[in-house]
Amino acid sequence: MSVSEQTPVLECRNLCISYFTRAGEIPAVVDFNLKLMPGEAHGIVGESGCGKSTVALAIMNYMGKNGGIVGGEILFEGRDMRTMSGEELRRIRGSKIAMVYQEPMASLNPSMKLGEQLAEVPIYHEGVSREQAIERSQKMLASVRLPDPQRIMNSYPHQISGGQQQRVVIAMALLSNPKLLLLDEPTTALDVTVEAGIVELIKEISAKFGTSLIYISHNLGLILETCSRLTVMYSGEAVESGDIGTVFTKMRHPYTRGLFSSIPVPGADKNMRPLRSIRGQLPLPFARPTGCYFGPRCDHFVAGRCDQGILPMLPVESGSSHFVRCVRFNEIDWSRATTRSDQHAPIETGAIVLNVSDMSKHYTIESGSAVLLGAKKTVKANERITFRAREAETIAIVGESGCGKSTFAKVLMGLEGATNGKVQLGDVDLANLPVQRRSENVISRLQMIFQNPFDTLNPSHSVGSQISRVIRKFGVERDPAKVEERVNQLLDIVKLPRDFAKRRPRQLSGGQKQRVGIARAFAGDPKIVIADEPVSALDVSVQAAVTGLLTDIQRENRTTLLFISHDLSVVRYLADRIIVMYLGKIMEKGTTEEIFSPPYHPYTEALLSAVPIADTSVKKRKIVLTGEIPSPSNPPPGCPFCTRCPYVMKGICDTQVPPQREMAPRHVIACHLDEATLRAMQPVITIEPREMEAELVAGGA
Amino acid sequence: MAAITSIPVSPPPLSILKILQQPRSLIVLVLLMWLPLMLNVMLAGSISETVRPYLLLPAIPSALILYGVGVLSWRESPIAIIGLTLIFFWLIVAVSVPFLPLVDPNKPIAPFAPIGAVKNNHYFILGADFKGRDMLARTLWGCQRVLVWGVTATLVAYLVGCIFGLVAGYLGGWWDQVISFIANVLLSFPVMVLFILIMNYLGASGFNIVIAVTFASAPAIMRIVRGLTFDTKNRDYIFAAQTRGEHPLRIMIYELLPNARGPIIVDACLRLGYTTVAITTLTFLGLGLQPPDPDWGLMIKEAANVAKSPQFAYMLLIPALSVSSLILGFNLIADGLREMSLRD
Ligand SMILES: Nc1ncnc2c1ncn2[C@@H]1O[C@H](COP(=O)(O)OP(=O)(O)OP(=O)(O)O)[C@@H](O)[C@H]1O
Ligand code: SF4
Ligand code: SF4
Ligand SMILES: [Mg+2]
Repeated sequence: MSVSEQTPVLECRNLCISYFTRAGEIPAVVDFNLKLMPGEAHGIVGESGCGKSTVALAIMNYMGKNGGIVGGEILFEGRDMRTMSGEELRRIRGSKIAMVYQEPMASLNPSMKLGEQLAEVPIYHEGVSREQAIERSQKMLASVRLPDPQRIMNSYPHQISGGQQQRVVIAMALLSNPKLLLLDEPTTALDVTVEAGIVELIKEISAKFGTSLIYISHNLGLILETCSRLTVMYSGEAVESGDIGTVFTKMRHPYTRGLFSSIPVPGADKNMRPLRSIRGQLPLPFARPTGCYFGPRCDHFVAGRCDQGILPMLPVESGSSHFVRCVRFNEIDWSRATTRSDQHAPIETGAIVLNVSDMSKHYTIESGSAVLLGAKKTVKANERITFRAREAETIAIVGESGCGKSTFAKVLMGLEGATNGKVQLGDVDLANLPVQRRSENVISRLQMIFQNPFDTLNPSHSVGSQISRVIRKFGVERDPAKVEERVNQLLDIVKLPRDFAKRRPRQLSGGQKQRVGIARAFAGDPKIVIADEPVSALDVSVQAAVTGLLTDIQRENRTTLLFISHDLSVVRYLADRIIVMYLGKIMEKGTTEEIFSPPYHPYTEALLSAVPIADTSVKKRKIVLTGEIPSPSNPPPGCPFCTRCPYVMKGICDTQVPPQREMAPRHVIACHLDEATLRAMQPVITIEPREMEAELVAGGA
Repeated sequence: MAAITSIPVSPPPLSILKILQQPRSLIVLVLLMWLPLMLNVMLAGSISETVRPYLLLPAIPSALILYGVGVLSWRESPIAIIGLTLIFFWLIVAVSVPFLPLVDPNKPIAPFAPIGAVKNNHYFILGADFKGRDMLARTLWGCQRVLVWGVTATLVAYLVGCIFGLVAGYLGGWWDQVISFIANVLLSFPVMVLFILIMNYLGASGFNIVIAVTFASAPAIMRIVRGLTFDTKNRDYIFAAQTRGEHPLRIMIYELLPNARGPIIVDACLRLGYTTVAITTLTFLGLGLQPPDPDWGLMIKEAANVAKSPQFAYMLLIPALSVSSLILGFNLIADGLREMSLRD
């Protein structure tokens, strides 16, 4: 039987979903179509607020009090779900359709043992006996690759790690043997190397259980790894849908193309081939333009054509399964490169401005109950950190959660004292100089940009007053008129309109807040700026603009940038030198070039392999880590990575501190593997030459 | 291009309401209303009786304007408007009572005159009390003291509670332990016992009511502010202020406190209600404000004995209903504010 003759598992026809609020009806999803065949994996990708989750919730029929389907239909195995009885819907949901959410804890009951929560599923849906249910749960845990299912069954949710929790949730969803599994950002809350494991598992599921998948993500790279078809959504509408291969290489919608040119893929370079962001921002659901919702941000907008009526989804060729919602897709010259953005000569780095040598930071925590007085544990948050930073250099500190990145920032900023070692800024040692005792001059030389745009600005004060405070505090200007002038200049630099000075943070979008955060950091003319994941909370199309801005200002002021991130793609694009950290220790450091090509540290190798890359021409060597990240309060005495390392040598790695091997001048790998083995490593990422109809990354050609 | 930029960008014309809604105008109006009223009540003995009423002249228009602005800005919440109306009814009465055509509230005319009676050439709209004083005059005059002492006591309690709450929440550690311990000790006393202890020890007067209310309310306020501070102190903007080398005092007052204002204002409205109850109760027990000046608590106390027979119950009901309407007003405003803050 060919695919076209089968009944689709799920079909959405002209689906329209609205939320009803005090401000009126919010059309969250408009005219959404989707056809999902048995065993197929369909990706839905789009930026925050575009309606991805709403689609999933509508399929689950979990719209809440104020949401509802206002048009179109959802067919499950050929039957309209809106005509089904409540009883029937309840049965389908949970047994034939299951959903996995971003936060694993949202689906787990914190006060119940995992085994019982799992066993409930078959007992409730199929009425099997308790013994059978437990046995099946245990088998399922093993098949989602959880080590020691017996122990997990007897644990409470908080006793296992986030990655394990998500595996349990997936196991729970699979227990009822669903026809359709909805995954809404299932790995967004997890570390990259853990994410890689879950993605691998998700790929196996459709093959092994024949489950159809809908995979929702903002990350094109993840969709490429897991799905065979995809829908790109923009502001409540599907704008393009088709096979992964087609959409990734022959996209026919300007928004999709914009999205691809704003993500850093291998080959993008901050100097020679800078990323290109999409100008403007997402329209609010009740302020969408007529005609094409993407119109105001589109380079190919033609008045009178793009702003008329409601645009339909058009097939790219008659009969093809590739659809776009653009009236001009036939007229746009897709082989022409998008307009170039400016190229720059690489920055010459200058003298050493920051010298960190053997810096350690240990926290002492009371362990266990307070009754056992004196039982103290040491968490080694930073252990013998050594590196130097030069003027105008960008140094990236890469690592997963808990590796000590933020502790390092705190020591540098003077909110925590170092336990050992030196942090030399010019001739001042900052290691044990709390911020209260630092001179104005020292404080103003070091500034910070924060991760969470919703947290970085004080909601009670206007944008202008928050920037001018820094100017006055560091004595850049004192005269009120000059301070205001300087605030305006800074707003110009971060490309925000000057009247934003009077606005409150809540009137700004995430990207705009992050720009204000950047303006504030640069207001005191700092020499070193620490950026702690400055773009990871932003939408893809905005990320490129913010990183671009950061490098422009840095280039202009010759500032040293310490860029803390978990995202190797961004780091590859931005950094001159990279420091890879794991559980408080430096695993590898070197130039960007050295980190991304062999010889690798085994952890770097795994990290590189884990990062999803949204480029069909990139081939990766798969390295999926097993084993758990050890607790920072009880790390192995030898190499911290030995619990997960594929090369681990028992008896050496877990007991002896690995040597620092200098593979090239200033390229250091901390590993017991001998030099020859390290040098013999094969590249993880290879780029296959492929015909591209156009250079996507601007500035190419 | 030049033509476009040279057009002067004049600010959009501000409506009178907009101007009045600005914090600065609101503060001026509140002070214009509040200061005369406060002086009038607190310095009753030291201002000559002929000047005293004229102090209140600027307060009358201010109160009326504030009420108008309040109604217009809280249009979306009927509950808050009802509460506001109750409170402003009493506020406006408080500032305008010397100018109302009322008899002297302390002058005995006709004892036990019932509601609506005409005796000794006087029409008793709300009757007379057992000494023959006009109930209407006494009730309307009585609101001054309850309002002034209630609000002052609550404000002082808030000042103290906020300071300790900020210090305990932000500095934490040793500070927190000591402050929380003292607060817990104070909270473990039943409120009334605490009141009675303090008033007995210090003696009965308006200022001592303020002290008693502060002791009784500040620990709870401290806890609320401390909790709110705990929530906000780990925000990145606080971190940014710390790395800028800002003084802890500035961080507490400028960065932390404004973000706690929402819950604090709601709680303050509720607490104004409690304080009103407390002051009335204290006066009823003979521990608060002293006779002969009219006061609701006093009226209830004086009527308590006579009002046992149903035909004189009005002597007790009228001041009791007045107290209730004021408390209800504060509580409704608190509800309305909470409802509005949940909406956006
Ligand atoms: N309960 C609700 N009431 C009113 N509006 C809502 C509600 N839930 C979502 N919306 C709005 O509907 C639109 C789509 O939201 P949805 O959660 O589906 O987006 P999303 O694509 O999943 O975004 P994200 O990537 O942030 O998860 C948004 O504009 C959102 O503000
Ligand atoms: S319809 Fe017009 S505005 Fe919309 S994407 Fe196509 S070209 Fe751009
Ligand atoms: S020292 Fe051993 S465990 Fe650590 S990375 Fe090297 S091989 Fe792996
Ligand atoms: Mg979502």
